[in-house]
Amino acid sequence: MTDLRRIFLHDLHVELGAKMVPFAGYEMPVQYPMGVMKEHLHTRSKAGLFDVSHMGQVILRGPEAAAELERLVPVDVIGLPEGRQRYGFFTNKAGGIEDDMMIANRGDHLFVVVNAACKEADFERLSTLGLGAEMVEGRCLLALQGPGAEAALARLASEVADMAFMDVATVSIMGAECWVSRSGYTGEDGFEISVPDAQARGLAEALLADETVEPIGLGARDSLRLEGGLCLYGHDIDTETTPVEAGLQWAIQKVRRVGGTRAGGFPGEEAILGQLESGAARKRVGLRPEGRAPMREGVTLHATEDGPAIGQVTSGGFGPSVNGPVAMGYVPSEFASVGTKVFGEVRGKRMPVEVVKLPFVPAGFKR
Amino acid sequence: MKYTEEHEWLDVDGDIVTVGITAHAAEQLGDVVFVELPEEGAEVSKDDEIVVIESVKAASDILAPLDGEITEVNSALVEDPGKVNEDPEGDAWFFKMKVSDMSPMDDYMDEAAYKDFIS
Repeated sequence: MTDLRRIFLHDLHVELGAKMVPFAGYEMPVQYPMGVMKEHLHTRSKAGLFDVSHMGQVILRGPEAAAELERLVPVDVIGLPEGRQRYGFFTNKAGGIEDDMMIANRGDHLFVVVNAACKEADFERLSTLGLGAEMVEGRCLLALQGPGAEAALARLASEVADMAFMDVATVSIMGAECWVSRSGYTGEDGFEISVPDAQARGLAEALLADETVEPIGLGARDSLRLEGGLCLYGHDIDTETTPVEAGLQWAIQKVRRVGGTRAGGFPGEEAILGQLESGAARKRVGLRPEGRAPMREGVTLHATEDGPAIGQVTSGGFGPSVNGPVAMGYVPSEFASVGTKVFGEVRGKRMPVEVVKLPFVPAGFKR
Repeated sequence: MKYTEEHEWLDVDGDIVTVGITAHAAEQLGDVVFVELPEEGAEVSKDDEIVVIESVKAASDILAPLDGEITEVNSALVEDPGKVNEDPEGDAWFFKMKVSDMSPMDDYMDEAAYKDFIS
């Protein structure tokens, strides 16, 4: 573990009883004494505090920042209003996804949050653009998620209650200049808060002092986002999957599609625009195994009890809120309709699985 | 009580052995969400994988500790896998078996040796 990096609030997590595990080059809290199951259910019913400071925070400055970023992502960045955020992804020449991210328009700059495992590569990619890309140092990133998140954060800064889903704002919280977005990755309402290191512990402790807020680890973060139907980079989406295959075409606005005023102009435009017109040969789907046995990443999917593999599970496990196994995976488009029955092979046995609508639990976003 | 390196506890009563997993193992596994048990009456050999346990984190097995016949399984665990975390060394036993050859029992650890093993 010697070459693993530590996040700024490492000691706080250890004091809270976290089990620390290697993740994306960092020692990260995977669970606290409450355990993954209770942490998950607590976040869905009250509020959970997540430390996601391993993720990359990047600032893009200059009048051309939005136009330049559009050269790397098939997203309408120019049309993103000030004070708003949207989901996006870097694509490659084949139309695959290099990483996914959140892009916020913070007035005189764009603020981009990317995955920890990809952040160096993303930063290099952004540095090739003709603008100053700055990796933000000295700030933690905390996520407060769940139906109780608004009340808990509003006790410290009442103005956050006025923010809608995907709004971003600079908010003074306990004297700290925080960059707050009303978003997250659990399928629940909540906030992501970029806070200076010096004030991060105070903020985390103030939030945890609220009786509705518990610290939540990466284990529950994974089951929450899976039930929320949200993709995990490197698993459900990667360099080999296109946004259309992944069902993320909603993130490609009309202006970047065929017929739009800024159609194309991003890596892999031919493949992606072509698939937007005529569909992809395979699709990411929600999968609900019958019975209680979880189907995890790598489980092969079959059309029949004795036929060859037609696809595989990319994320899967037990969904505490569903109270049963849930999974996502890729199947040929002819098997992607809701209600289709396929089979997943677990320990040599073919078990029935139904293709279902995502998300598994309704989103709690405050739109 | 005897213990295996696979973190099973073995409670011996004549030629009947009751098998479960230790509190240490249950804690390491995390919340158990799925249990698959052998058939009652099944003949098993030492080291056969006869129970599947899935937790929120991963899948693991319980091996038959000895040769013999499964005489009883704890079906309540299939309905409520969380019992394994609540009472691993009591109510949450997995199966009982009638053992045909007790001699491997000598190789298993006593409580002091097991405590040493996990420390």
